This record gives sequence, structure tokens and C-alpha cells, in this order.
Amino acid sequence: MTQDLVTVTIDGLAVQVPKGTSVIEAAKQAGVLIPHYCYHPSLRSPAVCRMCLVEVEKAPKLMPACVTTVADGQVVHTDSEAARKARTGVLEFLLINHPLDCPICDQAGECELQDYVFQEGRAGSRYGDYAKRYNPVEDFGPDVLYVANRCILCTRCVRFMEDVAEAPVLNVSERGDRAYIGIDPAHCLDHPWAGNVVDLCPVGSLISKDFLHKARAWDLDKTASICTGCSQGCNIMVDTRDNTVVRVRPRANLDVNRHFICDHGRMHYRWMNRGDRIEAPLVAEAGRHLATDWDAAAAGLRELVAKSGRTVVLASAGASLESLGLVARLLARSSPLLAVQIPPVADAEAPLAGVPGLALRTERAPNGEGARLTGYSRDWPAAVRAAAGADLVVLLDVTLTEAELGEVRRAKAIVVFGTRQDQVVAEARLVLPVTNVAEENGTFVNRDRRVQRYQQAKVASGMARPAWWVAAQALAVPEAPSTVAEAFDLIAGATPDLAGIRYADLGLSGRVASARSHAGV
Amino acid sequence: MGYPHASHPKEEVVLSKHFGDAGARTFDGWVKRGGYEALRKALALSRDEVVEVVKASGLRGRGGAGFPTGLKWSFMPKEVTKPHYLVCNADESEPGTFKDREILRWTPHQLIEGCAIAAHAIGAQRIYVYVRGEFTAEYRILQAAVDEAYRGGALGGDVLGSGRRIDLVVHRGAGAYICGEETAMMNSIEGRRGNPRIKPPFPAQAGLWASPTTINNVETLSAVPHIIAKGAEWYRSLCRGNPKSTGTKLFSVCGHVQKPGNYEVVMGTPMRELVYDMAGGMRPGRTLKAVIPGGSSVPMLSAAEIEDCPLDYEGVAAKGSMLGSGGMIVMDDSTDLVYQVMRLARFYAHESCAQCTQCREGTAWTTRILERILAGEGKPSDLDLLLDLADNMTGKTICVLSDSCAAPVVSAIAKFRGEFEAYLSRARKPALAQV
Amino acid sequence: MSSATQYQPVFVGEIRARLEALFPKYPEKQACLLPALWLVQEARGWISDGAIAEVAEVLGLTPAYVRGVVTFYTMYHTHPVGRHFIQVCTTSPCNICGAEEVTKALLKHTGCGALGATSPDGRFTVIEVECLGACGFATPILIDDDFVEGVTPERVAGILQGYK
Repeated sequence: MTQDLVTVTIDGLAVQVPKGTSVIEAAKQAGVLIPHYCYHPSLRSPAVCRMCLVEVEKAPKLMPACVTTVADGQVVHTDSEAARKARTGVLEFLLINHPLDCPICDQAGECELQDYVFQEGRAGSRYGDYAKRYNPVEDFGPDVLYVANRCILCTRCVRFMEDVAEAPVLNVSERGDRAYIGIDPAHCLDHPWAGNVVDLCPVGSLISKDFLHKARAWDLDKTASICTGCSQGCNIMVDTRDNTVVRVRPRANLDVNRHFICDHGRMHYRWMNRGDRIEAPLVAEAGRHLATDWDAAAAGLRELVAKSGRTVVLASAGASLESLGLVARLLARSSPLLAVQIPPVADAEAPLAGVPGLALRTERAPNGEGARLTGYSRDWPAAVRAAAGADLVVLLDVTLTEAELGEVRRAKAIVVFGTRQDQVVAEARLVLPVTNVAEENGTFVNRDRRVQRYQQAKVASGMARPAWWVAAQALAVPEAPSTVAEAFDLIAGATPDLAGIRYADLGLSGRVASARSHAGV
Repeated sequence: MGYPHASHPKEEVVLSKHFGDAGARTFDGWVKRGGYEALRKALALSRDEVVEVVKASGLRGRGGAGFPTGLKWSFMPKEVTKPHYLVCNADESEPGTFKDREILRWTPHQLIEGCAIAAHAIGAQRIYVYVRGEFTAEYRILQAAVDEAYRGGALGGDVLGSGRRIDLVVHRGAGAYICGEETAMMNSIEGRRGNPRIKPPFPAQAGLWASPTTINNVETLSAVPHIIAKGAEWYRSLCRGNPKSTGTKLFSVCGHVQKPGNYEVVMGTPMRELVYDMAGGMRPGRTLKAVIPGGSSVPMLSAAEIEDCPLDYEGVAAKGSMLGSGGMIVMDDSTDLVYQVMRLARFYAHESCAQCTQCREGTAWTTRILERILAGEGKPSDLDLLLDLADNMTGKTICVLSDSCAAPVVSAIAKFRGEFEAYLSRARKPALAQV
Repeated sequence: MSSATQYQPVFVGEIRARLEALFPKYPEKQACLLPALWLVQEARGWISDGAIAEVAEVLGLTPAYVRGVVTFYTMYHTHPVGRHFIQVCTTSPCNICGAEEVTKALLKHTGCGALGATSPDGRFTVIEVECLGACGFATPILIDDDFVEGVTPERVAGILQGYK
């Protein structure tokens, strides 16, 4: 599809962009980030912060780059003396009322005011000892605090709630330098997607109570991952400190979640830090579980698989594509009955109105689609019943009810791939500690058939390994995969719907599996 | 007419002919005085013909910007695919300006007639007259006149038997100077905060409810019936200076003159004639210090500078100021200029809508520095600081309120620096208590 | 909470009819927001949280949105004021003609003592406002809906007598 392209020169570099592109976006193509606050690619632009003013040749005044569309042959200077003076001016004006809170402000280290002031602000304040405007901190609830003094009135939060969440509970109140962000007193920010205002806030004005004073931004390691809260597969950044997940934030993916995640996903990380793990591979001996090493465990698993004719796999819909696939492959000779557990749903979907196709889904697991593609059925009760008469039941990261355990215990042998102590079944022949999503590399397939990678954010406790690796160890073939890429390529190669997709193609924004007609599915 | 005083012989009485004449306020009274004939004449012409007449007359926006009115009307789409709107800006709030108020309370039908003709010219069926909330009496008078006009057939579904529909709605403001800015006014009519909008899009493409809209000042629209009645050439002939500034202008002369009031003069009339002759000059024992010629948002002129300044757009611009709204604030030697500049800065700080960083913070900071200077706590570097802030506040915002705050500060420091230095050196005792 | 403090709707009966008569004059109901707020202030003297919620409901807006608009415009009161609300212009053109002396006289004769405060007998509240658009008739004041021109400190006491 050909588009009308225009050529614009930004800071000496000529770029070609589609007609209608804003100067600020065109500048990104030229590798130039024009400083800005109120502009955001997922919000309509009001051009109020005045930070993005640039010099455009032949234009009489500095132009705001966020709302100026490129014209063919335009020449833009983002770093001319006039543009720099304008930015320094804006920063100075912002700082006259902005409190010197950096030592106690959570945003420090990831604050756009700090960043630009450090880059281009004045070294000292000319405001002297005039009083700064004061407003008390407000609890916008449930998770959001509004530190009014720090607010730079960029209005991203108001526009997000109004246009994207379509729940206008925030406003700008008053006028002039008395203005502040107000909330309807009868409401709070309990919209399922309201937590995004904290990320949108360029400064530490809207902050998360969950993250309050928890960690300094520069102490955090940031890892690209995928949310496990539901089947939408929002891209996230997992922030860890000292091997503990302390925060989850959205990662931009224009095709999935744009710049947002829902509050459920945002808060859905504590389980990744649970300490009640299985420390080592366990083998049953004389009525007890004894720790052993991986070689012994793998050998034991191989042996059990070899002598089992009727096999059942009961798997979690949070297991990775690689783990689901390799476990299934391990049992291939016995044509296993594969079933995946989709968690029960209580609430309805919670869409983000302004982003079509984005919602907190009722299926609260990340890889239901990946399970389906690798041959896992959703008929859990049937699989549990079949387990009762099986030679070998493999439990992959699942917690069973008492009734389900009763059935499973009737099987001849049980192998548990477990992330948590409470998944251990006393009767299991082998208990194999496996990593959770934060502790491994892997892929999920979301409800829109997008295959997405997640990356290891922290080190697993004890001797836990990815479930796919454990299964691969037990495979009696020399070409068993030893990296996640090899595991993926192996599974994808054997899955018609994933034909043509290699791990190396996935990058950090994923690939959509091509559609293939499934009669009756 | 230098209303409330009797007309001065040097005035050219067109718009102000019936100021003070209560009989002109009614529909019948206006018809008796020749009213609504121009509307009848205009309705017999095509849209384009009306636009051409107004273009040829040289009429320019009387609210402050001085943009050629006929040209502004011609920006409206030729084909009406979405409703077209006319907005009449009766939000008169520019300090020093009080002319639209007189038109509203003495000759509301003059305005209604002008609006109706303009609506026809731009293809609009609906007119919104935005009256500032504080004009309580004018609002009542205008609404009564509108009701009469409907009854008399000058508004409604079949205006003066032309088959044309023209409706007029009077909409009250609620106390915000910034709503006099045309895009802020549209937001206010739509039931929003009165925030100015970024342009483009321009109102003629997407204004009220994203539809083509023209916004004109009360005085501009009131001139239209006269132009239609007497012709473009007549209006063009009313010119004593630059031929690009034609017709008459109401100048609201206030402050330290003997006879403050609204004076209607031919464009190009020398400013000193207005101040010293028509408005009666200085109070006994007083000398002129400064004049802000076009409402407080324009640079101030010294007494010497007004000696040879023709009152037209080009003439005042040549002196480094602007004709603006024609709100002429006259200040004699009793004026504490530093205090008044502070008071003006405070005005802008109160009225800032809070969108743009430079305006929101800069107007307040400017005010604080001036208060400190007046309290005897200023520093010598404060003047350079004020000038640098003014530079940072000029040409960088969505609307020009920020620039308007800077203008009096810059011009006062440039032309009356000594007054500031008197406070800085403590030669003059503080005018404010400690801040 | 007694029923005396429960919010009584404004938009019933005649006032409702007046609001609804405005709907056809605008293509969107939201444009009736400023007129609706004037109707509330006319009826109640000020605009309470309850009124904000009612206006929001009647016009299909959110209370937060309505509050953002109410707090933008200085003529809407969000708390009760004296029986008679006085606005005096002190911007430069009036300022150089004695507006501050008029303000002092008003504060004295109303008994308010300070700007924004209501007099002890609940009769008056006085505030300073920006340019009222009557600069040639300094100093103008607005008392409720009455626009009084040419006020001087000497005239203040007499003017106030007319307002019980």
C-alpha cells in the first residue's frame, strides 16, 4: 500500500514520513527525541506544556512539534538557540512551584522533569524565596495518590480517564496558578484501567501506593515480559530489586496493549516472589520424598515414561508454550490425553474503551491459546476422570481440589512439575521443581494468536529449572533442545498453526500465528 | 458621541448616534430610526455580494485583532454541508474598554441587525451572542430586543419575508476574561472550561461543534448595517490616515481625563485630538504621563509619543503599540506606574486559563516580583529578570494572554525605568506592605 | 442526617421547564451547562455538591466534569455567600480613579472587614473582581444583578441602604 510520503529535515537529517505525521513523531524517525510532557502517542494532544516548541524555517514563531504536521521540504531545528531557550524557560517556570521533593519522591531516577532539567535547565533558581503554591496530598484511591504540589498540569491523567477509559472522573479545577487536578468526591480511581495514570504522569505527582517508598528507580532491574493476568497478553516490564519483583508496568506494544495494562495485571505479581518453593528434585522412596539431583530425576522420569501405556497430562494455562509442548512430546509414544486448566471466571470483561480489542479478559490465564495449539483439551473433568485409570499422570504447575486429587491418586504413578510447595502430592513418584514465569524465558500465545516472548527477570530459588528443560532432559534423543529457542523451534516446527515462525522472529513484540481453518474448533 | 457626554464636533457619529436615546432600544423605535432596512437590502443580495461589499469597505475587526472582516467571512465554506454558525463576541473584558456595553444597552437592534446580515453573508442559520456574565442589565436588554425582533419578523423562520431562517441565542458567560478569545469562547458556549484551542483547525473550518464558525466583535457587527445601507465607498471615505484603516471607531477613553467616555472618530484621527480636545484633556494641575491606547494588552506610550500618533492600525503600530480594542487608558503624573503595571500583571494572573506553562506560572511570578519591588524589597536584577520572563512568555503559547501580560511590563521598563529604580533604590517609599 | 439537610433538586417544575426550553437552542445538551448553572445559582444563591451532581445527571455529564467547569468561572459560588454579593472592580483603569478607596469604604460600611468574608449579619459579601467593562464610569460595582456606575467612597453608604 503506497502512502503519500513527505520529506522533512530535522536537525540536518532528512527523513521520509507519511503525510499527516506530526513533527514530534517524524523526529523520532530521525533519531531525535523532542522533550515533551503533555504529548503522548496514545492520547490526543492539547499542546499545553509548551516543552516541544521547535524552530521551523520560514515559520514566524516557534511551533509545538506535537501538533504541527510535517510539510514537504520543511526544515526543523530542535536544538537551535531559540528552541533551547524556550525549553529552559518552560523548565524554569515549572520549577517555581514544584517542590524540591526529589529525596522523598518515588519518581526520582525515572522523572522526566529531573531528566530535562539536568539536560537543559538552569543551574540555579531565580525564583528566590517566594512562597510556593501548596495543596495537600489527596488519596484518589484505591492505589493512586495525588501529590498536588508536584503536578505540572500536563493533563495526561485527565485526558486518559476521559478519552481512553471513557470514565471522566478527573478534572482540572480552578484557573491560573491555582489550578490542580480534581476528582469527583463521590468517586475514586477504581476504574479497572485507572492505574495507568501513574505511568502517564511524567513526574511524581500521581504515584502508586503499592510502590510507595519501596525501591529507588536506579536500584531496579527491568525485564521485558508478558502479563499472566489474563489471555490478552499485555506486554509488561517487570521491575526487580534484589531478586524480588517489586513492580509491574506496561511495555509499549502498539498491536496489543498500546501503552497500558489493567490494574489486575499490575497488581498480579506478588505470587512471583513466593518463598514456599520446592527446593530440589524429589524422588519417592519408602514413603518419603528424598532430594536428588537432576540427572537422577531425569533418569527416573525417562523410566516412568517408557513403561507407561496410558498417560494423562493435567497442565496449567500459565505454562509456557515450550513447557506444554515438551511435556506432550515426552509422552508422545503413549498418545497422552492432554488437558489444560482454565481458571474459573467470576467477573465480566473489563475493556479499555478507547483501545479497540483491549480488555481484561474473563479467561484469567496467559496461555490458553498456546495450550490449544499444542493439543491440550479444555475438558478438565474428563481428563481428571481419565487420570484415575492412567499409568502415569503428569501434573504441570497445577493445584488440584481434594476431589480431583482423589481421582488422580488412583493412577499408577504421578509426576509433579511444581512451582509451589502446596502442589506437592504425597503419592507422587517424582516432584520436579520448575521455574515460574519470572524465572525463565518462554513464550505465550495470547487470545489473538500472537506468540510473544517473556524473559527471565529473576533467579529461581533452589534447583528449579524450566519445565521444558526438565522434559527435554528426559527425552531419550540426542537432539533434545537445550535452549528455549531450540525448544520453541522444535515445538513450532511440529505445530501447523505456528508454521514459519522461528524464535528468532519473535523479537519483543511477537508474531501472529497464521490462521488455519480448524473444522469444529 | 463621547457618551455619556454630548457629542463632540470632531466625532463622526455613526454607531453611537442613538447612545442615550432610550427610544432606540425598542424594535419599533429602531425601525422608526431607519432600522432593519439594511437587513432587507442585504437579504436581496447573494452571500458573495454581501461579503464583497464588506470587503470593499475595509472594515476590520474591532475587538482588538483588526483582521479584515470581509476576508474573515470569505473563509467560510461556499457550500453549506454542516451548519454554519455566527458568534458575536460580547464578552468585553479588556481593561480600558467599555464600548460594546454602550451598543448593547442603547442600540441592541443595531447589533441584531448586523448579526443577521452577517449570518446571511456566511450562510449561518444560527447566531450565538456571548454576553459576559457581569453585563446583567445589557443581557436583559438584549434578550428583550431579541424577543421583539422575533415578534417583528427580523429573526425567525422567515426573516423579513425572505424565506430565510435566522435564529439568535443570547448566551451568558460567567466571569472569565479569557472567554473573549474566540476559540475559548467556542469552548465556553459548548459547555466546557474556557480554554483557548490550538489553531489549526481554524474556526471557519471547524469551530463550534466542529462546524464552520465565524466570530465577530459587537462593534464590528454593528458597523455592518451602515455599510450595507450607505455603501462601501462611503465607509472607505471615512479615513483621515492610512487607507487600510477605514470607517469609524469607538474609543473608550478612561482614566485621568476630564471627560471619560466613548468617542466615535474617523480612523486616522490624531490621538492628541482625542485625548486633549474631545476628552477634555488633563485634570487641573496635572500633566500626561502615559497612555495605553488599545486596552491593557498593548504596549504603553509616553506623553511625547502620542503627540503625532494617528489613531489607525498602522499609525499606532508605527509607534510600537497597537490600536487593539481602542480602550484608551490615560494616566497622568499622579499615577504610580509601577503599581499599575503590578495591578495589570495581577489581572492576567487571575485570568490565565492554566493550560500553558509560561502563562500559568509566568503571570503569577511577574506579579510577585512587582509586588516585592513595590514593598521595597526588590533587587536590581529584578528588572532584567522581568524582561527575561517577558521574553519567555511572548510568542510561545496557545493564545496571547501571556504576551499581553508581558507587554505593559516591557514597555513600562523601557520608557519609565526611573520609576522602577526609585523603588529599587528605596528613594520612593514602599507602596505595599511587606510581602 | 435529617431531611432538612438532604439535597432538594432544583430542576423541577418551572425551573425544569426553563432548562428544557433551552435544549432546542443548542445541538448538544452539554452547551446548556453554563445556563443550567446560572439557573441553580439564581434559585439557591450558590452551587453545592448536590447541585453539581444534579446538573451532571440532567445533562448527561459527570460530576467531575461539571465541577471542573464550575471552578473555572469566577461568577459561580461554590459556597454560601451573604444575601447581597458585591463585586468591585479594581483593575488599573478604575484603580487609578480611586477603586481601592471605594473597596475600603465598602468593607467598612458592609461590616465585612475582609474581602471574601461575609458580614456578621449575613447581609453582604464583598470581593474584588477584574475589569467590569465600565472603565469610563469608575468605579463600577455589581451588587447581586444590579450594575452601579460611578461609585465613590461618599456614595457607598447610601447605595448599601437599598439592600436589606
